Amino acid sequence: MKKNIANGLTLAAIAVVFTGIMTALVFFGVIDEYTAQILSLAGINVIVALSLNLISGFTGQLALGHAGFMAVGAYTTAYCIMKLNLPMFLAILIGGLVTAVFGLVIGFPTLRLRGDYLAIVTLGFGEIIRVIMINLEQITGGAAGLKGIPSFTEDILLAPALSLLWVFSVMIITIILVSNLIKSSYGRAILSVREDEIAANAMGINVFYYKMYAFTISAFIAGVGGGLYAPFFGYLNPTMFNFLKSVDFLVIVVLGGMGSITGTVIAGFVLTYLQEFLRFLQDYRLVIYPLLLIFIMLFRPSGLMGNREISILGLWQRLFKSKNQSQSKVDKAGER
Amino acid sequence: MGFLHEFLQQMVNGISLGSIYALLALGYTMVYGIVKLINFAHGDILMLGAFGGFFVLAAYGVTPLTFILALLVGMLVCATVGIVIEKTCYKPLRSAPRINALITAIGVSIFIENGARVVKAIGPNPKQFPTFKTVNFPIGDINISQIQIIVFVVSILLMFLLTYIVNYTKLGKAMRAVSFDRQAAYLMGINVDWIISFTFALGSALAAAAGILFASAYPQVEPYMGIIPGLKAFVAAVLGGIGSIPGAMVGGFIMGIAETLTKGFISSQLADAIAFGILILILVVKPSGILGKNVSEKV
Repeated sequence: MKKNIANGLTLAAIAVVFTGIMTALVFFGVIDEYTAQILSLAGINVIVALSLNLISGFTGQLALGHAGFMAVGAYTTAYCIMKLNLPMFLAILIGGLVTAVFGLVIGFPTLRLRGDYLAIVTLGFGEIIRVIMINLEQITGGAAGLKGIPSFTEDILLAPALSLLWVFSVMIITIILVSNLIKSSYGRAILSVREDEIAANAMGINVFYYKMYAFTISAFIAGVGGGLYAPFFGYLNPTMFNFLKSVDFLVIVVLGGMGSITGTVIAGFVLTYLQEFLRFLQDYRLVIYPLLLIFIMLFRPSGLMGNREISILGLWQRLFKSKNQSQSKVDKAGER
Repeated sequence: MGFLHEFLQQMVNGISLGSIYALLALGYTMVYGIVKLINFAHGDILMLGAFGGFFVLAAYGVTPLTFILALLVGMLVCATVGIVIEKTCYKPLRSAPRINALITAIGVSIFIENGARVVKAIGPNPKQFPTFKTVNFPIGDINISQIQIIVFVVSILLMFLLTYIVNYTKLGKAMRAVSFDRQAAYLMGINVDWIISFTFALGSALAAAAGILFASAYPQVEPYMGIIPGLKAFVAAVLGGIGSIPGAMVGGFIMGIAETLTKGFISSQLADAIAFGILILILVVKPSGILGKNVSEKV
C-alpha cells in the first residue's frame, strides 16, 4: 500500500515537472509558437483518441462518432463561456458532462446488441449532430460557424504557453484516469467483455452495464477534448467535426495499438506531427490515412504496441535500481 | 386537394426513392448474411457506379440505349471492384476479430472516397449528371415524372432478377447454403470463396444500378455522394431484418416513404435525421427487424 502511494507520488511529480518544463520551454521561446500549436493540438488528439481507445480498444466496441461527441463538448463549452460567463474550468467540465448524457442516450438502445450496431449508430449520430449544429443558428452560429470564443488567456504573449499547459494538464489527468480505470476491478470487467462477451456474462459480469459505463466515460472524455478545442481555436464550425475527423482518431488508436495507452499517446503525437509534415502532398494525404488503416489491419492488427504499455516507473527501476533485479520485476508485474 | 394530394404526391416520390434504397439495402443484407460484415464501402460503390454511368452518358449522349449501356458498364465495373475489394481486403480477415474487419471496411470506404477525389477525372467538385429531360405525367393532380417511372421499373426488374437468381438457380442455392452454415456448405463441396466473391459482385452490381438511378433522379455526382444513401440503405436493411432479402426490399420502400413524408410534412432538414431515429427505434423495439429471424448466439 505504502509503495503504491510512493509510486503514485513519483509519477505525479514526474508529470508536474514534465508539464512545467514544456510550458517553460514554450514561454521562453525555446519551442516556437508553431511547434507549440502542433503540440497542443496533438495533446487534444491524444485526449480524444484515449477516449476512443477506452471504448474501441479496451471494451472492443467500435465507435465512429467521436467527432460528434467533440462537437457537443466544444459547442457546450463555448456556450457556457460566452453566454453564461462561466470560468473556463467549469465550462469544460459541463461540456464533458453534457456529452456524457448524449453518450448515455445513444448507448442505451445500441449497446444491448452486438458491436456492429454501435459502429453504425455512432456514425449516424456523428452525421446528424452536424446537421443539428448547422440548424441551431442561435446557439451555434450555423454553417458560418461560431466566432470570438475567448482563448485561455487574453494576453497574446502568454497564449501559446498557457494553451499547452491547459492541454497537457488535461491530457495527463486523462491518462491517469484511463490507466487507473483499466487497473481497477471495473477495468478488468471491461477487458473481459472485450475478450469474450458470452464467457464474461457467464462469469456474472453485467455486460450491458460495463459497456454503458465505458461508453459514457468515453463520451465524457471526448467532450472534454472538444471543450479544449473551443478556446484553443477560438472558432468553431460544424464541418470541423465531420466523419473524417472521427476516422483520424480511429487511425491513432489502431496505429498505437487497440488497448494500449502508451501506444495511443505515441501515435497521437506522431500522426499529428505527420499531418503537418505531409502538407506538401496536398490531397494525396487523404489517401494515406485510409491505406494506413487497411495495411495495419491486414499485416499488423495489433498496431505499434499491441496491448503493452511502457511504464515510467518500470523504466526508472530498470535504470536506477538494476541491482534489485528481482524486486523490480515484481514491481513491474504489479504495475501492469 | 390539400393534405391528401400532398400525401399521395409524397408517396409517389417515396416509392421511387425507396426503390433505390431497396437496391442498395440488398447489397448490405446479402453480404451481411454471408460473411456477417457491415460493408461500409457499399455506399461508395454506389458512387463509383454513378461515375461509371456518368462517363458513358457524357461520352455518348443520353438516349434510352446509352442509358442501358451506362447501367451495364456501371454494374460490370462495380462488380469487378466488389470482387477486388473482397479478395484483397476482407478475405484475409475472415477469421480475425470482427472489429478488425469493420475497421478495414471503414478504411476501404474512405480510400474509395478520397481516392476518387484525388483522381483527375473525378475530382472533388460536384458534376452535373446527364439525364433525360423531365416529362411529367399528371394523374389527377399528382405528378409522376418519367424518371421516377424509369427508376421504379428498373429497380423492380433487378429485384425480380435477383430473387430469381437466389431462389431458382444452383448458384443461388449455394449462396443460401453458405449463408446458412459456411462450414457445412464447404463440406458439401461448395466453393465457398467463389460464392462469397459472387455475392459481393452481385451486391456491388445492384449498388451501381442504384447509383445511376440515384444520379438520374438527383442529377449531381461527387465523391462523397454515397455516404448518406449508404447509411440510409443500411438502416433499411436493419429495418427489414438484416440477412433477409425480402426484408431489405420492404425496408427500402419504408425508408424512402418515411423520408419523403418527413420532407413534405415536417421539415426537409430533418429528413436525414429521421433515418437515424428509425434505426434507434427498431433497435429498441425489435432488433431483428420486420422479416428477420431471432438468432441466439452459439458458443
